Amino acid sequence: MSAATSIRVQETPRVLFILRRADDALVLGHRLSEWCGRAPSPEEDIALANMGLDCLGQARSLYQHAASLEGGGHDEDALAYLRDAGQYRNLLMLELPRGDFAHTIVRQFLYAAFMDPWWHAMTASTDPTLAAIAAKAEKEVAYHLRHAAEWVIRLGDGTDESHRRAQDALDRLMPYAGEMFATPDEASMVAEGLCPDPETLRPAWDAALDDVLAQATLVRPATPWSQSGGRTGRHTEHLGPMLAEMQSLPRTHPGATW
Amino acid sequence: MTEAPTPLWEVFIRSRNGLAHKHAGSVHAADATMALQAARDVYTRRGEGLSLWVVPSNAITASDPADKAMLFEPTASKIYRHPTFYEVPDDVGHM
Repeated sequence: MSAATSIRVQETPRVLFILRRADDALVLGHRLSEWCGRAPSPEEDIALANMGLDCLGQARSLYQHAASLEGGGHDEDALAYLRDAGQYRNLLMLELPRGDFAHTIVRQFLYAAFMDPWWHAMTASTDPTLAAIAAKAEKEVAYHLRHAAEWVIRLGDGTDESHRRAQDALDRLMPYAGEMFATPDEASMVAEGLCPDPETLRPAWDAALDDVLAQATLVRPATPWSQSGGRTGRHTEHLGPMLAEMQSLPRTHPGATW
Repeated sequence: MTEAPTPLWEVFIRSRNGLAHKHAGSVHAADATMALQAARDVYTRRGEGLSLWVVPSNAITASDPADKAMLFEPTASKIYRHPTFYEVPDDVGHM
């Protein structure tokens, strides 16, 4: 038995566009899955796993669509398991280690507050497959946003310790949030009506943050700079080890089933 | 460090329109909003429900198990209370 080697993907603009969102969903879904058996309560353990599975389902649908558009004979598993870190196109924020519960919740909130209006806009995509995926995903992410927002409010407006951890998570994550609005080489996708211009979603994102952070008594940090690189495959040191764990089984035992 | 125990909530699910909410189990949550979310996350993962109630467990007044004989056994001999001695006309359909 020989280990599976990495594939090469023909990244047409549309395939790249879809891979970026599929990688977002898979990477965040994996980080959420790491909480399984470790969450602060049994209820939240299931809640985090539920959200992780929502992300995994979104990733599968997007990978399937990317694979069919690419036409290179790759399937969803190949796209997920047989690409190296440098071929991943996800947002850096989503690959950061899960951290403590506050870090996981604040990340989920920052991301869902963007993805909620994004998926809603995607239901009008000129790509009917993407529009169909969006119709399912927008309901899932709407709940992610509500769940994360309620937790942000309670952590921020909770004990001194929970407030400190929530504020610390917000301070650490905000410099990564700007990457959600940076979409290199996607102007043609916007022009074709395939996706919204992310800048049009900024007012909704800002409003969600202002509302929830005020209730949470958290201070939105000034972010004079924005970290980026994930969309073009330049990642933090955290993605490689995560992929090594995630991909070890399908790479070591190609085609394994159970 | 001592922490107050997280309150317990009883979860009721209505599975279809026209049916009553039925007790499904319980969750721990700090408040009603979070209890409703926990109930959704824990008890409706397989399409069980269309509507959820959560009720503080300490709001329920329960009968004393020691009173079981007094409360419930006298009914055993009163089978005439079961509406099985009537024939339901076909036109009535499901009751």
